[in-house]
Amino acid sequence: MTASKYLPPAKIELQGVSKIYETAQGTIEALAGIDLTVYEREFLCIIGPSGCGKSTLLRIVADLCPRTSGELIFNSSAQQTKPLTAMVFQEYAIFPWRTVLDNVCFGLEMRGVPKKERHEIAEHYIRKVGLTKFTRRFPHELSGGMKQRVALARALANDPQILLMDEPFGALDAQTRTLLQQELLRIWEEDRKTILYVTHSIDEALLLGDRIVLMTARPGTVKTEYQVDFPRPREIKIKATEKFGVLYYEIWQALKEEVQRSMVEEVL
Amino acid sequence: MTAKGLEWVKRNAKYDVLLVLSPIMSLILWEILVRVGLMDHRFFPAPTTVIGTLFRIIVNGQLLDHVSISLYRMAIGFLLGSFVGIVLGLLMGWLKIFYAIFDPLISAVYPIPKTALLPVIFLIFGIGELSKIVIVAIAAFFMAVINTTAGVLSIDPVIIDAARNFGARRGKLFRYVFMPGALPSIFTALRLALGASLLVIVAAEFVASNEGIGYLIWISWQTLATERMYAGLIVIAILGILSSYGLKKLRNYLIPWSVDVRERM
Repeated sequence: MTASKYLPPAKIELQGVSKIYETAQGTIEALAGIDLTVYEREFLCIIGPSGCGKSTLLRIVADLCPRTSGELIFNSSAQQTKPLTAMVFQEYAIFPWRTVLDNVCFGLEMRGVPKKERHEIAEHYIRKVGLTKFTRRFPHELSGGMKQRVALARALANDPQILLMDEPFGALDAQTRTLLQQELLRIWEEDRKTILYVTHSIDEALLLGDRIVLMTARPGTVKTEYQVDFPRPREIKIKATEKFGVLYYEIWQALKEEVQRSMVEEVL
Repeated sequence: MTAKGLEWVKRNAKYDVLLVLSPIMSLILWEILVRVGLMDHRFFPAPTTVIGTLFRIIVNGQLLDHVSISLYRMAIGFLLGSFVGIVLGLLMGWLKIFYAIFDPLISAVYPIPKTALLPVIFLIFGIGELSKIVIVAIAAFFMAVINTTAGVLSIDPVIIDAARNFGARRGKLFRYVFMPGALPSIFTALRLALGASLLVIVAAEFVASNEGIGYLIWISWQTLATERMYAGLIVIAILGILSSYGLKKLRNYLIPWSVDVRERM
């Protein structure tokens, strides 16, 4: 682990978090003792082979599934009124029966924010993701990229302490994905909310993250981590630097072992 | 005809004419065959004769009496049965305990054709108005409960996760996710329930009634008044088409966010 220049306060601390699923075929150990600290205002990317439990980790942090053992500590003393997390899912998890505006309003509505106020907040974030023209449209009228913009705006509008993103652009075509990565960078760099971002793309993790945590094949645990200190605001042109290529290759060497291990396990 | 087939035909303008012409030509052919004596007019009265009879029973009020009593029985039974079915279906999709209690019972009774239950219903409720309303309610109930349950269960789990993550739990989850999410299935449920209602009310009126559209058809057959029998069948077809069309319009109005694939068939 490369030591960083200074350490901001911890936002989330995971200590020995593990998860065991009981299925009809027997027990599956998804996570085995994850130790991980996410710092305030950090963009942390988690990368690992498919099936390594990285989505499970995110769901545990989001309180969508219980952990089997270990500690999960949130340091939220300064922001107690704000909701803890808001998640952007890989699939198009926006409500088909709500317009773009009402989708973005959802979290605020659940928290009882008055209609006028939540509409103002929602419209602000809809503008940020460039969907103003589609405010009154229903999801079935939108493309995949637009749906993920709605999901992003919905998460941001809820103003969570931590933004959780589970391969949010994984289902999009490569060009739309690149475009949305850049927009996410632009939006995030405005106020630097703590982000826990799961991806299987090294490229994406390097472009977006301050730090990359590499997970092992199942049962998932932290293998190693990398400091990514490209200057911010970040531009896509960092991909053309030698450093980017060197880091990419270094991470791939470590990731490759895990991918191969998980493939062997699949065969068995 | 499948949606694709129909679209293909529509794209080819020259077939447009055939779409209209084919049923008209069939009716004209039927008329001619009866008029020249090639078809027995006692079994297959000419279309013009049937229309004439239909017109006559409309004018003398006979039809309205029969149709209104049938509609009354249907409406009460349909509303009752589908309301209970939708409520129970929502509960079964929402809470596992309701599912565990009711699913085995429903699965056991559902495969029995509802018309086969008529003797049981007559036994319990007599052969008065109540028994007809009850049998319609039962038929509507099963269609409603099964489709509503399926509707709730088919809501994408990731949507439910998203709602929970944004603070919707328990009652809020039900109100803001399960109810709207099941709405398209509820409309399918209503359409099927309406079809089932029409089916059983006619059957019930065949066997145990002195009035109603089913009775009209049955008595016409028994007295060999075939032109009136066909007139009754036309009325039932119109009732079925109108109610289905009305629900479709209502659906499009109430749930503009959902595109119904069946609609284009």
